[in-house]
Amino acid sequence: MKELRFDDVTVRYGTVRRPFTAVDGVSLVVPAGQVVGLVGESGSGKSTLARAAVGLAPIHSGQILLDGQPVPRRGRVRPLQMVFQDPYSSLDPRMTIGESVAEPIPPGSSRAERREEVARLLALVHLDPSVATALPGRLSGGQRQRVALARALAGQPQVVIADEITSALDVSIQGAVLNLVRELQRELGLSMLFISHNLAVVRYVASHVAVMYEGRIVEQGPVEQVLVDPQHDYTRELLAAVPGNRPTSATPHAPRTRSTS
Amino acid sequence: MSRRWLRVLRTPLGLTTAALVVAVVVLAIVAPVLWSDRAEVYDTDNILAGPSGDHWAGTDGLGRDIFFRALVASRLSLELALAATVIGVLAGLLLGTAPLLLGRRLGRLVTTGVNIAVAFPGLLLALFFAVIFGVGATGAVLAIGFALAPSFARLVQTLVAGVAALDYVSAARVAGVGRVRILLRHVLPNIAEPLVVNATIAGGGALLAFAGLSFLGLGVQQPSYDWGRLLFEGIGMIYVNPAAALAPGIAVLVAGLAFNLFGESVAKGLGVSAVGGVPVPATSSRLTGHAGRRDGTDGSTHMAMAPSDLVLDVVDLRVSFPGPAGPIRPVRGISFSVRHGEALGVVGESGSGKSLTALAVAQLIEEPGRVEADRLEFRGADLRDGPRAHRHLLGTSMAMVFQDPMTSFNPTRRMGSQLAEVAVHHQGMTRRQAMARAVDRLRAVRVPEPERRATQYPHEFSGGMRQRAMIGMGVMGNPSLIIADEPTTALDVTVQQQVLDLLQAIRDEDDVALVLISHDVTVVGEVCDRVLVMYAGRIVEDLPAHQLQGGALHPYTRALVAAVPDMRTDLDQPLAVVPGRPVDPSDVPTGCAFAARCPLADDHCRTVDPPLAPTPTGSQVACWHAGEPLELDEGTGELVEAKS
Repeated sequence: MKELRFDDVTVRYGTVRRPFTAVDGVSLVVPAGQVVGLVGESGSGKSTLARAAVGLAPIHSGQILLDGQPVPRRGRVRPLQMVFQDPYSSLDPRMTIGESVAEPIPPGSSRAERREEVARLLALVHLDPSVATALPGRLSGGQRQRVALARALAGQPQVVIADEITSALDVSIQGAVLNLVRELQRELGLSMLFISHNLAVVRYVASHVAVMYEGRIVEQGPVEQVLVDPQHDYTRELLAAVPGNRPTSATPHAPRTRSTS
Repeated sequence: MSRRWLRVLRTPLGLTTAALVVAVVVLAIVAPVLWSDRAEVYDTDNILAGPSGDHWAGTDGLGRDIFFRALVASRLSLELALAATVIGVLAGLLLGTAPLLLGRRLGRLVTTGVNIAVAFPGLLLALFFAVIFGVGATGAVLAIGFALAPSFARLVQTLVAGVAALDYVSAARVAGVGRVRILLRHVLPNIAEPLVVNATIAGGGALLAFAGLSFLGLGVQQPSYDWGRLLFEGIGMIYVNPAAALAPGIAVLVAGLAFNLFGESVAKGLGVSAVGGVPVPATSSRLTGHAGRRDGTDGSTHMAMAPSDLVLDVVDLRVSFPGPAGPIRPVRGISFSVRHGEALGVVGESGSGKSLTALAVAQLIEEPGRVEADRLEFRGADLRDGPRAHRHLLGTSMAMVFQDPMTSFNPTRRMGSQLAEVAVHHQGMTRRQAMARAVDRLRAVRVPEPERRATQYPHEFSGGMRQRAMIGMGVMGNPSLIIADEPTTALDVTVQQQVLDLLQAIRDEDDVALVLISHDVTVVGEVCDRVLVMYAGRIVEDLPAHQLQGGALHPYTRALVAAVPDMRTDLDQPLAVVPGRPVDPSDVPTGCAFAARCPLADDHCRTVDPPLAPTPTGSQVACWHAGEPLELDEGTGELVEAKS
């Protein structure tokens, strides 16, 4: 696994006369083997930053480096892989799960090797390898998101970018996907940029957190530090907005016990 | 896939036109083989003869049988139309997919070119090409083919752009898949169906266009003949022998109609594909209707206040939709009540029936859905009489807030007048009064600069602002109940907090009751007094919100609560997961619906459905093993029966 570094990255859309700066001089490091959470409201540029890293959005200035080398944005070998928000639109409805997962596998392996690799990846995300022959229509949202994770891992990535991967899922499934992310990170030592608007989710999976607001990063640091002692007003606002995290709540909360009995 | 095509054949039109298309194609194949000789025979005794036993449609100037000539001409007519269609479709495909393959700049150039060509009249284009390529069959084929190309290219461009914007294409690009491969593997298979359908329709069009060109003398030349050519020859003697023109005319008509209608019926058959599961009623379009129903008949007879302080009283509510194998029952008998000023939360997974419950209460379930209940009273009025009987009451006293406020407003009308409409229709205000009320209400829901905002259109509002305006529309009357269906799911956390605060403030000020539907237990726990947990169309637990953490008894509720991380979640433990899948409403198991996913389930659970029964703590729960100890399996995250 390698370190991903955004160095003063700016992304601009629109025409020369009316440019719109979606990402404005962002510098951010995802250390090797660590999960960095990126939080911010919609329109803050967090998804654009992710899309710029994988070549889906044009970079106006700045650099995105992987262990000091520019990230390849073209060609067959992609050390950066991305998992998308909506598992219902991120899998081709006409391709079997196996074909979808096999797609990013680097070329040069035989058919049997690819099939074996697909089975290994599906097992890694706790899916029965027999789903390889199924079409995505037969899978639930949580299962699809597991397939999307397996597909990202098939590209043998150095860094995985997860863009709001749980926000389209039911809460009961969200927990399972978050557990999986943590497990994969622990077992494979994945470096990961984990984008979310939910601070509680970021707190659960990430060791570092960066807060993005209007295209800039306004605060970053270790999770405990940022969440316990926020420096920027927007971070404080975000913290106050986490449901169940307000000093004065409408209803009294019973003391929380972890193991329900 | 094949089943969908079969369904096309099951419609009368689909079957008839499919049979016609097959008949025309078979005719085109066999006719020249069987009847070429008879079509070429010169019967010099019968020149320019009318219909007779020997010659059913008469003969032409050389005494040849027109009926057989029309039959034999089917092959050339079809071949030429087919060739033109193939040229048109191929050229259209090349031009249409070019933007994807060539990249942004060159692609834009191609798109502009196609757009200009589309604006050019097709027939004129064909005539223009006919002059360039010369008069004759080849020129006409090229002419019609290229005239078809721009519109087809435009269609392909639109379809390609739609698919290319989807995440799975992005995912393939991130995976390093090349453009050509993306086109072949991801884009073309997903747009093939509409393309095939449109190519069929274009084939019918080409057939007619060809007949037209030949008729004008610009198409097939002597001695070859197609239907257009025969028509051209027959029209000269239409007063002598009408059948000479009618025979090829009917042939063109039948073949053209067959192709066009077949294409149309396939398009229709494939377009209305069955969406699996329960049909979701079109809620948003009904909303404005709900707020602005015209000629509001006076519902004041039902306005008499209920004796109790219940705003809403529901007993044994059931919602069903007809399904292929008997009715589907997404809501299977639920009872609850809401008191004045109370906030009731409804939580559950998607498909648990929570939204349908709300829609049923708001009288927004559309045909063929059926709502039944032993009691369904809103402020003492019996809603089972149907929405018409109570439109005034519903329009002023019950407010509905949906997840996506963008689809709940008419995009072409100003916000202020959409809000004012409610007051004009339900409260009998003048336009001016209603407008003032709308501005006042926008201010009440904390929309900044309400006077200016009222003159703006929905797209000029941000998501959070639109949701406020939606709530503002709800409080145009004096509602005693607000039903909010996932009102904050599409919003950012900070905006979500503002909208929840707003709902809270409205409750406090006017003693309004709130039914808040959400899949997020934390949101419901924060805002509501009482929470209903729904599973598979039933209430499985009804408990005070503050008991959610730690006091819940049903294993499903406990798993839901433990599945959501909050700022105090133990980082060393996995989050709880609920194994398995939610129940399919068309296939509800006997016994407890949750048994298949429940760690406590035994044979009794799988055979006898537990009733919702009161507990010592003041809540109600439907579980044979309510409150039995569970612990978190640290390996899988599943809740398991505690070993003690």
